[in-house]
Amino acid sequence: MRKYGKFAVLMAIIIGSLLWIATASVSGSKTYYVTIPELRKMGNEASVKRVRVGGDVQNNSIVRGAGFVRFNLVQDKLTLPVVYEGRDALPDTFKDGAQALAGGRLDSAGVFHAQEVQAKCASKYAPKPGVAPDGLQKQVKPASTSYKS
Amino acid sequence: MENVGALALLLAFCVALYAIVASVTGRLKKKPFLTLSGERATLAVWVLVSTAAGILVYSLMTGDYRMAYVAQHTNRDMPPFYKFAAWWGGQEGSLLFWSWLLATYGAVVVFTTRRSHRNLLPWVIAILSTIQLFFLTLNTFVANPFQVLAVDKVVTSVADGMGLNPLLQYWAMVIHPPFLYLGYVGFAVPFSFAMASLITKAPGESWIHTTRRWTLVTWLFQSTGVMLGSAWAYHVLGWGGYWMWDPVENASVLPWLGGTAFLHSVMMQEKKGMMKVWNMVLISATFFLCIFGTFLTRSGIVSSVHAFAESPIGKYFVSFLALGIAAVIWLILDRLDYLKSESELESVVSRESSFLFNNLILLASCFAVLWGTLFPVLTEKFSNEKISLDAVWFNRLMVPIGLFLLLLTGLGPLFAWRRTSIDSLRKNFQWPGIGTLVVAAALFIGGMRYPYSIISLSFCFFVAATIVMEFFRGASAIGEKSQIGFVPAVIELTHRNTRRYGGYLVHMGIVLMFVGWSGHPFNITSVGEVEKGGMLKVGAYDLKVVDLTQGDTPNYEWETAVLDVSKNGNHIGTMEPTRRFYKAAQQATAIVALRSRLNEDLYINYAAGTAGKATLQAYVFPLVDWIWIGAVTLIFGTLVALVPSKVARSYRRTEVVGVTQKEVPVPGGEVKNEA
Repeated sequence: MRKYGKFAVLMAIIIGSLLWIATASVSGSKTYYVTIPELRKMGNEASVKRVRVGGDVQNNSIVRGAGFVRFNLVQDKLTLPVVYEGRDALPDTFKDGAQALAGGRLDSAGVFHAQEVQAKCASKYAPKPGVAPDGLQKQVKPASTSYKS
Repeated sequence: MENVGALALLLAFCVALYAIVASVTGRLKKKPFLTLSGERATLAVWVLVSTAAGILVYSLMTGDYRMAYVAQHTNRDMPPFYKFAAWWGGQEGSLLFWSWLLATYGAVVVFTTRRSHRNLLPWVIAILSTIQLFFLTLNTFVANPFQVLAVDKVVTSVADGMGLNPLLQYWAMVIHPPFLYLGYVGFAVPFSFAMASLITKAPGESWIHTTRRWTLVTWLFQSTGVMLGSAWAYHVLGWGGYWMWDPVENASVLPWLGGTAFLHSVMMQEKKGMMKVWNMVLISATFFLCIFGTFLTRSGIVSSVHAFAESPIGKYFVSFLALGIAAVIWLILDRLDYLKSESELESVVSRESSFLFNNLILLASCFAVLWGTLFPVLTEKFSNEKISLDAVWFNRLMVPIGLFLLLLTGLGPLFAWRRTSIDSLRKNFQWPGIGTLVVAAALFIGGMRYPYSIISLSFCFFVAATIVMEFFRGASAIGEKSQIGFVPAVIELTHRNTRRYGGYLVHMGIVLMFVGWSGHPFNITSVGEVEKGGMLKVGAYDLKVVDLTQGDTPNYEWETAVLDVSKNGNHIGTMEPTRRFYKAAQQATAIVALRSRLNEDLYINYAAGTAGKATLQAYVFPLVDWIWIGAVTLIFGTLVALVPSKVARSYRRTEVVGVTQKEVPVPGGEVKNEA
C-alpha cells in the first residue's frame, strides 16, 4: 500500500484545502432568504444579518429619486417599504406587480435598505402553476377519457 | 387538433411502456421477434411524439389562442422565428421538446446499431424507453402542453397572447435552450449503453467505443449551450456580466463538468483498463446531473423564496432521480467483479496520475457547485432557515480550482504513461517553465497586482507554449520526412491523430477563455446622469452626448443617446445605446452599444431616461473578447476530434514501449499519442 501513500496524501491535501476554502468563505457570503412575515419576526437579527426578502412590487409604489428608488413589497397582505440604494440600475423586469427579491438590511424604523434587487415578471417568466392568466380560468379539456385535469 | 396531440402523447406513453416490456422479455426469453418489436416501438414513439410536437408548433405558429400554452408564450406581433422558439419557451413545451429529442436520439440509436450490439440493444432500448416514459408521464399527466383555456367548461380563446419576454428575444437566447437540451438529452445514450453493458456483463469496452462520438457530440452541444447563455447575458442584460453562479447557470455547467471528467477518464479505461467503476459512476452521475439540471431550470426550486411547493413537477423529478440513482448504485455494486481494474498506478508523475487528479478536481468542482446551488434547499430542510451563497463564495472556491485545472491541462498531456523520466520532464517543460516565470515577472513589473490574474495569465502562457511545442515538434518531423511546408505538415499531423490534436485545440480554447477571465479585475465602471451636451468619462474614453432622441414603433417605444466617443482625445466614432419599451409585454429592455476590440470592450448601456436626461452606464471590459474566441476555438477543436483519424487506429491497449521520450522516434508517431 505504500505506493498509494503519495496519492492519498496529495488527494487529502487537495480536498482538505478545498473544504477549508469552502467553509471559510461561507460566513462572508451567506444570505438569508426570508418572507416578509419572517422578516418581521426576526426582530433585531434582521439588521445584523444579510437577508434577501421576496414579495410582489406593489402597484404604483415605485418612486424614483436621485440615487435611490423607493417601493413597497407586498406578501400575504403585509407591506414592506424598501429603499434601493445600489449603484446599478434596476433590472428591466422590475416594475409594478413583478416578483422581486431585495437583498440588504432592515433599519430600526422598519425600512428595508436594499443593495441589490432581482425581479422577474410574474406573468411571463414562469406562470405560477394552476393560476389562470389574466382572469381566465384554465381548465384541462380531457383529450381522451383516460385522464383528467 | 389539441386532442390529437394529447392522444398522440398518451399513445406514445403506452408504446414506450410496451418497448420496455418487449425488449426485456424478448432478451431474457430469447425471443428475437419480441426484441425486434421493441425496436420498432421506439420508432413508433418517435412518430407519435413528433406528431404531438408538430401540432404544438403548428398551434404556436398559427396563433391558436384557445390553448393556454400558446396564449402564455406568444403574441400576434411576434416574428415567426420567436413563435417557433416558444416551443421550448415554457415548462410544458420544453418538456415536450425533451421527449422529442430523446425519441429522436432513440430512433437514431436503433438505426445506427441495427447490425451491431444485438445483445446490448434490447437493454439500451429498455433504459432509453424508461427515461422516455418518465418524460411522457410529465407531458401527459402533469404538465400537458395541450391544455385549453376555458370559462365554466366552455372553451374560450383570448384575443392576443402574452408574448415572449423581450429579454429573451435575442438570437443567442433562442438557440441556447436547444443546444443545452441536445446536451442534456444526449448523455442518456452513453448512459444507456453503459448500463446495458453492466447488466449483460458485456466483455471489453465496446460501450465506450460505440458511444465515444455520442459523448463528444453531446459535450459539444453542451459547451456551445453554456457559452451561448453566457454570451446572451453579456450582450443583452446590460450590466456586462457573463457568469453569476445563478442556479440556472449552475444547472447547465454541472453536467458539463461531469461530462468533461468522463471524456478524460474513459481514455484511462481504453488505454489501460483502469478506472472502470469510476467511469460507470461518472457517466451515471453526468446523466443524473442532466436530469437534475432540467429539474432545476424547470421547477424553480432554488431561485425564489419558497418555491419548493410551487412546482407540481418537482416531486416527480425527485422520485425519478432517487429511484434511478438507487438502481444504478445497486447495479454497480452487484457487478463490481466485472469492473476489476487491469493495471495499477505506478507513479505520481505519470499520465495516469494526471488523469486521476484531473478527475478529482473536476468532480470536486462539480460537487462544490452542486453544494452551493442546493445550499438554500439544504439549510431550509435542516435548519428551517433558507440561506443562499452568492457569487463571492463560488468565485473564492472555483477560481483556485480553475487555475489548478489549467495547470494540469499543460502538464498532463506531456507526462508519459506509467512514469515520466527526469529527462522527458526537462525536455518538455524546461522552456515553457522558464517562459512562465518570465511572463509572471514581466506582468508584476508592468504593474499588475492581482495575484490571480498574474497566475492565470502565466499559466495560460505555459499551457499555450506546451501545446504549440507539441504541434511544432510533430509538424517539423513530418515536414522533414515528407518534404512539405509547415502548414501542410500541421494539417497532416492533426489528420493523423485527430483525437489527440483536436484535444489540444480544445485545451487551447480553454486557455483563451482563461485569458478573457483574467481581465475581470481590471473592469472600469462609470455611471452618470447626462443631458444633451454632457460628458461621461470611463477609463481612457470620453463620451460626449450629441443628442437624446426618442421614437415609437408599433412594437415598442425607444429612447437613444447619440454619443461621440473619443479615446485619449482622438475621435473614434459614434455609439448609440438604446432603451426599448415593448408595449405588448409592458417591458423595457436595453440595446447595448458595444465597441469590441481584442484588448478591451467599451460597453454602454442606456439604463434609464427621464425628461431630457439619460442615465448611462459605461464600462470598459479588458480582454472579454478572448472568452468568445476561446469558445469558438473549443468548438473547432471538438469538431476536429470528431473527424476520423487518417491512420486507422485500433484503440486496443498497447504496452508502452519506452519509458522515456527518447525512444519515441517520431513525435506524432506511434507510442504515446493515442490519447
